[in-house]
Amino acid sequence: MKIKNILITFVSAIALLFSTSVVSFAKVVGDKIVLGAAISLTGKYSSNGVHTQNGYNMAVDRINSMGGIKVGGKTYKFDIIYYDDESNPKRAAQLAERLISQDKVEFMLGPYSSGLTKAIAPVTEKYGVPMVEANGASRSLFTKGYKYLFAVLAPANLYLDVAIDLAVEKNNGKGVTVAMAFEQDAFSQDVRLGVLDAIERTGSKKVIDDKLPKELNDMAATLVKVKQMKPDVLVVSGHTKGALTAIRQISEMKVDVPMLAMTHCDAAKLSKQHGKNSQYALCASQWHKTLTYKDDFFKDGMTYDADFTKEFGYAPPYQAAESSAALLVFKDAFERANSFDQKKVRDALAATNMQTFYGNIKFAPGGQNVDKPMVLFQVMCDDAGKCENKVVAPTKWASAKLIHPIPSWSKR
Amino acid sequence: MDFMVFQYPMISVQACLDGILLGILFALIAYGMALQWGVMNIINIAQGDLVILGGYIAYFMYLYGIHPAWGVIVSPIIMYFVGIAIYKLVINKVVDRDLFISILATFGISILFMQLMNFAFGADVVLANSDYGTTMLFNNNVVLPNSKIFSAFISILFAICLVIYMKKSKLGRAIRATAQNARAAKILGVDTEKVYAATFGINAALCGVAGALISITFTIHPYMGLPYTIRSFMIVIIAGLGNLPGVAMSGMGLGVFEEFADYILGTEFRIGSVFLLLVLILVYRRFKLSRKREYLK
Repeated sequence: MKIKNILITFVSAIALLFSTSVVSFAKVVGDKIVLGAAISLTGKYSSNGVHTQNGYNMAVDRINSMGGIKVGGKTYKFDIIYYDDESNPKRAAQLAERLISQDKVEFMLGPYSSGLTKAIAPVTEKYGVPMVEANGASRSLFTKGYKYLFAVLAPANLYLDVAIDLAVEKNNGKGVTVAMAFEQDAFSQDVRLGVLDAIERTGSKKVIDDKLPKELNDMAATLVKVKQMKPDVLVVSGHTKGALTAIRQISEMKVDVPMLAMTHCDAAKLSKQHGKNSQYALCASQWHKTLTYKDDFFKDGMTYDADFTKEFGYAPPYQAAESSAALLVFKDAFERANSFDQKKVRDALAATNMQTFYGNIKFAPGGQNVDKPMVLFQVMCDDAGKCENKVVAPTKWASAKLIHPIPSWSKR
Repeated sequence: MDFMVFQYPMISVQACLDGILLGILFALIAYGMALQWGVMNIINIAQGDLVILGGYIAYFMYLYGIHPAWGVIVSPIIMYFVGIAIYKLVINKVVDRDLFISILATFGISILFMQLMNFAFGADVVLANSDYGTTMLFNNNVVLPNSKIFSAFISILFAICLVIYMKKSKLGRAIRATAQNARAAKILGVDTEKVYAATFGINAALCGVAGALISITFTIHPYMGLPYTIRSFMIVIIAGLGNLPGVAMSGMGLGVFEEFADYILGTEFRIGSVFLLLVLILVYRRFKLSRKREYLK
């Protein structure tokens, strides 16, 4: 009896071991290429985390339904294992470890935000796991010499330097005075560095350089200074709360400034939350649906916008579009590498040179995408108070003419 | 360091007025904290989260087309019952224990509230627009958003009502009696359990008013509660318990201090300067106490 019990235990232990080793996927199971992703589904980044996940899922469905990925004469489909990183960098790093060492994932998709990408990148680098990320723009990600990190988006320092160039252009090539208010986080500080470069390059002058705290919800002091100094451009970057706070207080305090440039306007749903008060704000964006880039899977921005809206019930913010593009990049790299060898896929990724609906993609040695400029759109409202974002720069894609200078509050 | 605030006198005026209006709002939150601290000996770390929850109530009214200013009436009513519920579920189990246990319990409530709000309302930063316009003073050199003036006015109104209620009503007297000596009050027939529940409810209601005002004046977000807890803690520490004029004065003082710190040291040191002030005041108080002890010796 005792021996029988031991035998049963032994056999079931063996069976369990086998079953788990089958469940814990290798990189490719049957006809599936399994990618891993730790995404913020809860916590403070959960809204954008969900946009990221929706973008990934949309691309997976589209690629799978349109013939999948062809490697070595066989057709494969994408599958993604998701974990919730709770918007917590430590958790994200643990989950990356788990995806790689327990789930045996050999290719990764990025999380949401620069901070979390920074937490995961050392792990993927250690294991030599290629990661294509779509939501970490901080410059510091691309100066560490990572070999396995590829970002489809433009780095953070390119977000708002276009605005300075635009202001200088409007000032007949002469330098302008710039007031800056940036949150103290990796992303916004990188945006600041880009603006500082542009200020130096164009012979402009900074007159205010405020750093906003993380728990920012009042920037009245900065705006009083702006009223006093009367700069040509006011640049604000502090994620969605920065954009919302700035517009609320600028309109309440009637701050007149010829040009107002910001980040995160579409994530903050600026025109919806503030209506006409947000009019004339210039916003940096990675993508806009009216851009004329094309690919075989999503056709173009307008089609992507329509398809995404149909599937998820809301218009895609750029966070979703760039996440979809990450899958297109992986598909292209797998097919060119014609192998699942991590090193070969990594080399194929490094040699990427393609166009997607989201923009051209070509990686610099640091891993950032250097072939896709940022766009600036301006919030424009009609008399009925309906507001829309219209691309005003670069000129190649401009669908409307920049309104400059912004009319003063007394004339609105 | 930037001394622009002293170069242009109008900026000083602006900073003072902004600070005072802001401080009055802080004082309202602090008053709730002082009340329950005094009566129940509980430091409520979840104070700021109650404020944010109150803000969400006003925000949802705004979403459904009701002017968010009505939130200052609806929000405290709902929050009163939320407060009573929290008391019945958690606080009544820790009310007689030492301060550390209550801090731990309310810290837990704070985390729970943050996550629940994030789950229910999403992680987006939101605000409610009041469209109250702006008041311009001194030849348009000083601008005051009417929403801030409205906030200060409503805060003062609620504070006055509460003072009168505490003085005149039966429950108010019972609350004050319990604060003075809970045991004696109990012996004399006060149902302290009921008093505690009402106190916590009133505190939550005050947070509800403040939250509604914050959604009109600033922005709200599930994780934005802590700075409000810290500020009210700070105000209560300076003013002492059961000292309403003190709470109002130290609230306004803190508001002005924050504004000036913002101008002089930079916005990034705004909250940091509050912490620094807290440390300085605690050290000073300790110093004063030790002097007193020496006299006694």
